[in-house]
Amino acid sequence: MGAGRATGPPPPPARATGPNRSIDFRTDSMTRRARNWLPGLLLVSPSILLVGVFVYWLITKNVLTSLQRSTDFVTDRVINPGGYRNYTQLLASSQYQHALFNLLVLTVVFLAGTMAMGLLWSVLLERGVRGEGVFRSVYLFPMAVSFVAAGVVWRWLLSPAQGEGQAVGLNQLFIKLHLPGLQNGWWSADSRFSMAAMALPAIWQLSGYVMALFLAGFRGISQDQREAARIDGASEWQIYRHVLFPQLSPIALSALIIIGHQSMKMFDLIYSIAGPNSYKAEVPATLMWTQLFSKSDAQAAAVNATILLILVAVVVVPYLVYTNKVEERSR
Amino acid sequence: MGVRKTSAVAAVAVAALGLAACSTGDATSGDAQTSAASGAYTPKEGGAGGKVGVFTWWAAGSEKKGLDALEKLFAKDYPNDEFVNLAVAGGAGTNAKAKLASDLQNNQPPSSFQGHAGAELTDYISKGQIEPVNDVIEALGGSDVFPQDLLDRLTVKGNIYSVPSNIHRANVVWANPTVLKKAGVNGTPADMSAWIADIKKVKASGVKTPLSVGGTWTQVQLLETVLLSDLGAEGYSGLFDGSTAWDSDEVKQAANDFKTLLSYANTASDGDDWPAATDMVIDGSAAYNVMGDWAVAEFADKGAEDGTGFTYFPVPGTDGVFDFLADSFTLPKGTDNPDGAKDWLMLVGSAEGQKAFNLAKGSIPARTDIGPEDFPKYQQSAMSAFQDNTIVSSIAHGAAVNQAWLTDISSAVSKFYSQRDVDGLVSDLATAAQNNQG
Repeated sequence: MGAGRATGPPPPPARATGPNRSIDFRTDSMTRRARNWLPGLLLVSPSILLVGVFVYWLITKNVLTSLQRSTDFVTDRVINPGGYRNYTQLLASSQYQHALFNLLVLTVVFLAGTMAMGLLWSVLLERGVRGEGVFRSVYLFPMAVSFVAAGVVWRWLLSPAQGEGQAVGLNQLFIKLHLPGLQNGWWSADSRFSMAAMALPAIWQLSGYVMALFLAGFRGISQDQREAARIDGASEWQIYRHVLFPQLSPIALSALIIIGHQSMKMFDLIYSIAGPNSYKAEVPATLMWTQLFSKSDAQAAAVNATILLILVAVVVVPYLVYTNKVEERSR
Repeated sequence: MGVRKTSAVAAVAVAALGLAACSTGDATSGDAQTSAASGAYTPKEGGAGGKVGVFTWWAAGSEKKGLDALEKLFAKDYPNDEFVNLAVAGGAGTNAKAKLASDLQNNQPPSSFQGHAGAELTDYISKGQIEPVNDVIEALGGSDVFPQDLLDRLTVKGNIYSVPSNIHRANVVWANPTVLKKAGVNGTPADMSAWIADIKKVKASGVKTPLSVGGTWTQVQLLETVLLSDLGAEGYSGLFDGSTAWDSDEVKQAANDFKTLLSYANTASDGDDWPAATDMVIDGSAAYNVMGDWAVAEFADKGAEDGTGFTYFPVPGTDGVFDFLADSFTLPKGTDNPDGAKDWLMLVGSAEGQKAFNLAKGSIPARTDIGPEDFPKYQQSAMSAFQDNTIVSSIAHGAAVNQAWLTDISSAVSKFYSQRDVDGLVSDLATAAQNNQG
């Protein structure tokens, strides 16, 4: 954005310039204009170059790979027919549709869970409880744990084994609490919606982050507004409903976008919980690993990656456009 | 990514420490005996020199002990060479294979890497990433010392691409004799239905999960032994060359038996590894576990005695058939030190190397000229079975099918495990074959 501002209209020329120095004035203005944008451009050019090569060129390369034709070395059988048919082939496969459905279930539960928990915690903390700092850290801490490390623990917690002597993790806890009826197969359960269980560790991990976002939002609202509402006779619920929450909607949108795109790209947590090549827990990101490393099918993996990129872009780009507009309006 | 990298770095660091310790001890032992090699390839006396980076997923347990034994021997026989251990831990080799794939892609191959002998290597061959090692096999003695059956399975378009280091058997049932006795099960069941009858007896005696299973790959291995039992050796081998149809009645029967077996098994999660399932047999919470014969090391580790603590027999209906898998070492194309790599291959293929390695790892030598007398009881029985039995290739361990096909089969089994839909499994397996068989 810095570069964009630098290329804006130059300041008006100095008044002292007389008409007889018009030629000088032109060159003078050009150098001055260059002086305005050149240093800025020089400053950002390394990052433009790096981003250009390591992001956009690689995306291009990925898209080109996704359009290649490939055959089996030993049998000469066509694996990928090439061109757009690579895309139709993958999209038509039941495995990929299953992975996309899993992703949908995961994303919906993950979003709903983190937003609900994050909002709840932030409202509780916002009311000025004692030891707020402690609670804030407690809720934020899970985010400091890597998905892989958390995944190892959650694999155990979400073990599908059931019954006395077999169950471990949460199922064992249910037995100990004399609630054996609550035992279930978690993400391994035979249900189309079993991926919802995979959202549990993700919710545990990122609710604190959403809480921090909302808490910052609450702190940004001046106390005067609450007092004014109270004087007008608003109940606490009405203050939240009509005064505070509406002002949090930009933050809620950011949180949704951040969590949503993380959910779509999520690989490490699922891989460390379910292992490679688990049908039940398959999402496009883990399928991409399988395609690339197990099946050595770079084309299919590139197709998958491109579709994932488009999915994330569909979510993120409108958001970026929106925030840009809002920022411009407020400028 | 980060974790794999760190573990690789850690492995290298550990290896470097070990090396430093080794080289101080062995630097003077220059009078190393060269392996009895003659013929096509002759290694330089004392080794070609330089670093020899060996990539494996042998980072823990008996596998690591085996690799350590080889490393020691390598330092003794080829003192000029510097062994670098590039082992990557975890995931029964899946993590290592991913790391290897990117190394090969980036033209940074190790001097030699571990691969399952058989169809799995075709992935590397088809990408032109490994070179034939016919000269090394020749120098080691060729078909005089390696079984022809095995060499045939290593040969692709007339060339041999790897040196086998050890053989494992996949179709073994491990059982807890105490649990069986309590259930009144005597004798070894002769076929699948007799075995299922025994399993029912065990269940009736109060064992909730008579059979133990682990994650997806252990289930694939169970399925392959059931297929082998129901189809016979010839029918089973026909699955891979197209002479047996994957949607035949026999396969459907096997899928049904597989479903029955799983209904008597514990609930596992896809990512579980095998030792937990084997431990269930040791502690008596299960009577049976189908696992490759590396399980014998787990029994030994937990102090279970052969005969009293555990017994073993071929998966019912597969007596006289040896469901084999083998580890082997390759020569990557474009490696920095091909002569050093060949020194390593010569050691891995030598009688001396195979004996030291397999004694430590608990597997059996790929060579047939090594006497069984020094090996423990189980390995002796496996060695004689390997010589007399019909040899078939394992699916779950990349001997029968390449990685892409195995991946499709694993997906089908993983799906079946949650849905228990026999027709779905058979049609998925048939589709997998159709997509990968050419």
